[in-house]
Amino acid sequence: MLRLPRFRIATPRTYREAAQLLRDNGAGELDRTRGTPTLRVMLVAGGTDLFPNMKRRQFSPEVLVSLARVRDAARIHENGKLEISAGTTLTEVAGDQRVRDRYTALAQAAELVSTPQLRNMGTIGGNVCLDTRCNWYDQSLFWRTAEGFCMKTNPEVVCRVATSSPRCLAVASADTVPALLVLGASAHLQNAEGEREVALADLYREDGIRAWAMRQDEVLTEITLPRAEGWRSTYLKLRDRGSFDFPIAGVGAAVRWDGGTVREARIAVTALGSRPLLVEAAREALVGTRLDDRAIGAAADAVHKAARPMDNTSGTISQRKVASRVLTERALVSLRDPGAWGAAPPKR
Amino acid sequence: MSEFSIIGRRLPKVNSWAHLTGEARYADDIFLPRMLYGRLLRSTRPHARIRRIDVSRALAHPGVVAAVIGADMPEKMGIMPSTQDETALAVDKVRYVGEPVAAVAAVDEDAAFEALSLIEVDYEDLEPIFTIEDALEREDVKIHEEAKRANVFKEVHLSFGDLDAGFARADHVRDDWFFFEGNTHAPMESHSAVAQYGGDDKLTLWTATQVPHYLHRELEKVLGLERSRIRVIATPNGGAFGGKSDPFGHEFAAALLAMRTRRPVKITLDREEVFYAHRGRHPVKMRIKTGVQKDGEITAVHYQSWLDGGAYASYGIATTYYTGALLTVTYRIPIYKFDGVRVYTNKPPCGPKRGHGTTQPRYGFECQIDKIAEDLGLDPLEYRKRILQPPNSRTVNELRITSMGLGECLDALQRRTHFSERRGQLGRGKGIGIAGSAYISGAGLPIYWNDMPHSGAEIRIDRGGGVTVMCGTAEIGQGSDNVLATVAAETLGVYPSDVHVVSGDTSLTPVDLGSYSSRVTFMAGNAVRDASLKLRTLLVGAAAEKLGVPETRLLSAYRRIYDQDDPEKFVTFADAAVLAESKHGTLVAAGSYKPPKGIGGTFKGAGVGPSPAYSYQAAVAEVSVDLDTGTLVVDKVTTAHDCGRALNPPNVEGQIEGAAYMGYGEIIGEEQVFRGGLHKKPSLLDYKLPTSLDTPALEALVVESVDAEGPFGAKEAGEGPLNPVIPAIANAVYDAIGVRFDETPITAEKILDALGKRDNRGVTKKRIGPDGLGGDADPNRALRRLGATTAARERRVAGDGGQSPPTG
Repeated sequence: MLRLPRFRIATPRTYREAAQLLRDNGAGELDRTRGTPTLRVMLVAGGTDLFPNMKRRQFSPEVLVSLARVRDAARIHENGKLEISAGTTLTEVAGDQRVRDRYTALAQAAELVSTPQLRNMGTIGGNVCLDTRCNWYDQSLFWRTAEGFCMKTNPEVVCRVATSSPRCLAVASADTVPALLVLGASAHLQNAEGEREVALADLYREDGIRAWAMRQDEVLTEITLPRAEGWRSTYLKLRDRGSFDFPIAGVGAAVRWDGGTVREARIAVTALGSRPLLVEAAREALVGTRLDDRAIGAAADAVHKAARPMDNTSGTISQRKVASRVLTERALVSLRDPGAWGAAPPKR
Repeated sequence: MSEFSIIGRRLPKVNSWAHLTGEARYADDIFLPRMLYGRLLRSTRPHARIRRIDVSRALAHPGVVAAVIGADMPEKMGIMPSTQDETALAVDKVRYVGEPVAAVAAVDEDAAFEALSLIEVDYEDLEPIFTIEDALEREDVKIHEEAKRANVFKEVHLSFGDLDAGFARADHVRDDWFFFEGNTHAPMESHSAVAQYGGDDKLTLWTATQVPHYLHRELEKVLGLERSRIRVIATPNGGAFGGKSDPFGHEFAAALLAMRTRRPVKITLDREEVFYAHRGRHPVKMRIKTGVQKDGEITAVHYQSWLDGGAYASYGIATTYYTGALLTVTYRIPIYKFDGVRVYTNKPPCGPKRGHGTTQPRYGFECQIDKIAEDLGLDPLEYRKRILQPPNSRTVNELRITSMGLGECLDALQRRTHFSERRGQLGRGKGIGIAGSAYISGAGLPIYWNDMPHSGAEIRIDRGGGVTVMCGTAEIGQGSDNVLATVAAETLGVYPSDVHVVSGDTSLTPVDLGSYSSRVTFMAGNAVRDASLKLRTLLVGAAAEKLGVPETRLLSAYRRIYDQDDPEKFVTFADAAVLAESKHGTLVAAGSYKPPKGIGGTFKGAGVGPSPAYSYQAAVAEVSVDLDTGTLVVDKVTTAHDCGRALNPPNVEGQIEGAAYMGYGEIIGEEQVFRGGLHKKPSLLDYKLPTSLDTPALEALVVESVDAEGPFGAKEAGEGPLNPVIPAIANAVYDAIGVRFDETPITAEKILDALGKRDNRGVTKKRIGPDGLGGDADPNRALRRLGATTAARERRVAGDGGQSPPTG
C-alpha cells in the first residue's frame, strides 16, 4: 500500500495559534520557483484530499497543522446571517435543516461531494480550499516520474495539458464553491496579526497553482451566508458515477424573486476552468425577466461561453461544454418550476 | 419434493461468515516472525533497453536487507508453455510502463519504498508501439525479436467449408466492423504473496492465485528448485476474474528474496500496480461478415479479429483462438472461417478476463444478429430462437454440444420482460435490447500436454462423522469451496457445514488445474462426486450389514443412512463411519475427472473451444438516454442463464448478477486506456467501476437443462452470464435513439456525437464504430497481407496436417 511521507503534526486549539504555527514553520507567499510540493507546512482538517495526495507525494510537508482540535471549529450558527465554521463536516452541512430550507444549493452541493464516508470526515473549509485537479497531476510519484512531472509540481517543466500554456491549467473541482458563490458567501480568514473577511468570489484566481488569493499563512475559519429571503437556489453536478467522483461540470444557480419577476440572480460554475466562476453575463440575462425560456436560454449561452474545460479531467471537453449549458437550463427551470429537475438530478 | 437433500436449497455458502467478518485470511493478512516487506521497482519507460542496473545504493539504505534484479532469474516463464516470453523481472529490456525491473526487501514498507528511488537504472529508449495497426506494419521496431512478422504474436486461420459458396447462397450479407475497448478486472483485493524459506530448504509461498498448480511448475523452472521442495498455498482471493491466473513477477521476487535472506518476505501490490499487472480484456478490432437467407437462416460467417495483446503472451494464444472458437455454438452456422491475429504492443499484457476472448466477438456478433433481424423484419428474440444450434449436435468447427438451454433462456426472458411487445414502443430515449451467448464449462485440454486428470479430490471421513475434502481448486470468491462441500454433502448424506474444505495447497491437495475457464463446478465437482461415491459405498455397505437391509434400499441424507421403505430404520452417519472404518480401515478415497475424448476436432487449433458442456445465457437490457447530456442510464438487466442445475441457487444468482454488473461496467465506461504508454487512469477514482448507485436493477433467471455429464447435471455459471449483457445494452441503446454502437464503451461523448450535439455541429450519425483498421493503416492492404499469409499457411497446413497446440 502507498505510505505517507514522514511529517510532524501540530494540534493548535485556536485558529490564531494555527495561523501562528503556519508562520513559524515557514509558510509564506508561494514561491513559484519552488513548486507546490515544497510547501513546508500545510493545514489539514478532514484529510480526505490531503492524505491521498501526500501518499502520492504531491505534497510532502514537514509539518501538518491539524485543525481537528480547534475549539468551536465545527458549528453552524444563525444570527441573521448563517455562519458555518470551517471545520463543519459536509455531512453536517448537508443535513442541517436551516441549510436545507434556505440555502438549498449548498445542501445539495455538500451532499454531492464524494462518498458518505468522505463527507463524514471532509469539511466545508477543506472543500472550499480543495487543491485544483488535473489528470496529469493527480497521479502517483511513480506515474509522474514516468511522465516527467508537470508545471504544478516542477515549475521548470511545461503544463502537460497544453504545453504552450504559461500557467497551470489544473481544474477547480469543489462542489460547494459554486453553491456558496450564488448564495453570496464571504470567507473569514485568520492570520497571525488578525482576521479579515473577503467575498468568496475574490478568494480564487485563474491559476492552477496559485489558485487562492489568500496568504499562505492564513487559515479559513468561517463561511458566512447573508440572509436568503426571497432567494431560491440549486446546484447541479455532472460526474461519471452516482457517487465518489469529482464534478466534471457543476452549475450553481440562485434567483431572488419579487412577485413573478427575477430581482437578482447569480450563476456560478465549477470544474470548467482553473477557478470557480460567477458568470456575470448570465446574471444580466436573467434580472428583470420572468425566467422565461428565452431568458434561461440566454443565461445558458452565457455560461456556455464562459466555460473553459480542458482535456485534463474525466469526460471530454465537448461533453462538459454541452453540460454547462444543459445544467444551467435545468437549474433555472427547477427554480422556476420546483420539482422539474432540482432535487433529483438524473442518476448519473 | 426434491430428490435432493442439499442440492437446490438456498443454503449460505460454507465460507460466507469468514468472508463477511474479515476472519478469512487473505495473503496480506499473513504476518510471520522476522518478516520483511518487499516492493518492486517498475519501468518508467514503455520500450527501452536496460543498459545497467545498480542496486548498491538501495542496499546501503537503512533497513534494506536484500535486492534482486532480472539477471537473478533469467529463466523464461509464462502461463502457456508454448509461448513463454516473460521473465520474473525484466532482464535486458522493458516493454511497458509498470513492468517489474527489480525488487527490494526491507524491514518495513517505508524503507522498501525509499530504497526504490535509490536503484539506478540506465535505460536506452526504443521507439514504442501502441496500436494494432503499427504493430502489424512496423517491421523495423520489434518488441520481441522472436516475432516473425512485424510484431505479430500469433496468427491463426481456421476454415470450415466453402466460404464463397456459403455467401453465394445468401440472400443478404452483412459486413460490419466492431471495436471492443480493453478493460481490467479490478478485483477488490490487490495481488499479494508471502514467501518463506525454511531451515529445511523448502519454500512455501502463500499467494492470491487462481492457479496454484501452474505456479508450482513455474516456480520450479525459474527458481531452479525441485518442485518437491516448493509448496504453493492459494490463499482466498478477494476477487480474481482471471487477473490472478498468470505467474507474476512479485511471486518469484518474494520467493527469491526469502531464499536469499532466509526470512519471510511479503509483497503486496498497491492499486496502481494491479493496473500494470493487468492480464485483462484485450482490445479487439473485429470484422464480421454474415450471409443469411430470406428466412434468416445463416449460410456462412467469416469472422476476423485483431487483438492488441500488450507486451507479453500471457494466455494470448488461447485468447486468440477463443475469439473465433465459440461463435459457432449458439446459432446454426454451416460454413465458417476464422482469422485471428494477436499483436504485441508496449502496454501491460492482456490476458483472460471473465469470458476470456469470447466476450468481444459475442458483442460484435450479437449486435450484428440484431441488425440482421432488423434488415429482415424479424423480432430479434424470435429470430434467435429460429436459428438455435440444436442440443446433442456438432458445430461446424466440430465442437460437441450436449445440453443446450438458450431457447429456454429466451423464453424465460420473454415471459419476464415482455421484450417482443415492448421493443420499439418505449418512446425516444428509452430502449430495450436482447442478446444471447454461451461459454465453456472448463477447457477440454490443460495448458500443458498430459494424460492425467484435470481435477483430483481426496476425501477423508473422521470418526465423528466429519468430512474433509481436499482439492487443488482456488477459492476466488466464486464459491468453489461451497460447491465442493455441496457435492460431497449431497453424495454422502451430510450437511455442507459438516464438510471441511482444504483447497489450493500443492502439498495437501491433489492437483486441480485451477480456478479458471469456469471449470471448477463441472470438473472438480465431478472429482469430488467420484471420491464421495467410493466412500458412500463403504458406508452404505457397513450400514446395510448393521441394519440387515439390502444396500439398494438404503439412502443417505441428513446425517443418516436409512431404509427408504422405513426411514426410522437408520444408522447415523457417524456410526456408519465407525462401522466402515472398523471394517475397511481408514476412510479415505480419491476421485478424479478428465473430460471425455472426442469432444472437439483434430485439426491444428482444435485444442481451444472443446468443453464437456456449454452454458447458455441471454440478457435483456432496458436503458434510458439523456438526450441533452448524452448520459446513458441502464435501468435494468435481466439475465437468464442455463447452468445445467443450480447446486446452490443463491450462489448461481450471485454469479449471474455479478457478471451482469461487470458487463455493464465494461460498456458504460471502464477502459484500460493509455496516453503515450502511460495508463490514463490507474486508480479506482479514475477507472470508472460503477458504484452501487449506478448499477442497474439486476435480475437472474435460472434455467436448468440438467447436463448428462455435469455433477448432478450442473454446468458453469461464473463467466458466461457476462457476455450477453454488453450487446444487449448496445442493442437497447439502438432501440432508444436509433444509433448503432459498434464500439465500446458507450460514452456520453459518443452519444452526443451521434445525436449531433457535440460542439453544436448538428451532424447526426446512425452508427459509431470503426470502418476498418484505424489510423493511417490501409485496412485493405492489411487484409490483403493477411489474406496472402493465410493462403500460404493453408497450403502448408494442407501438406502436413499438424496437431493441435496445447492450449487451455
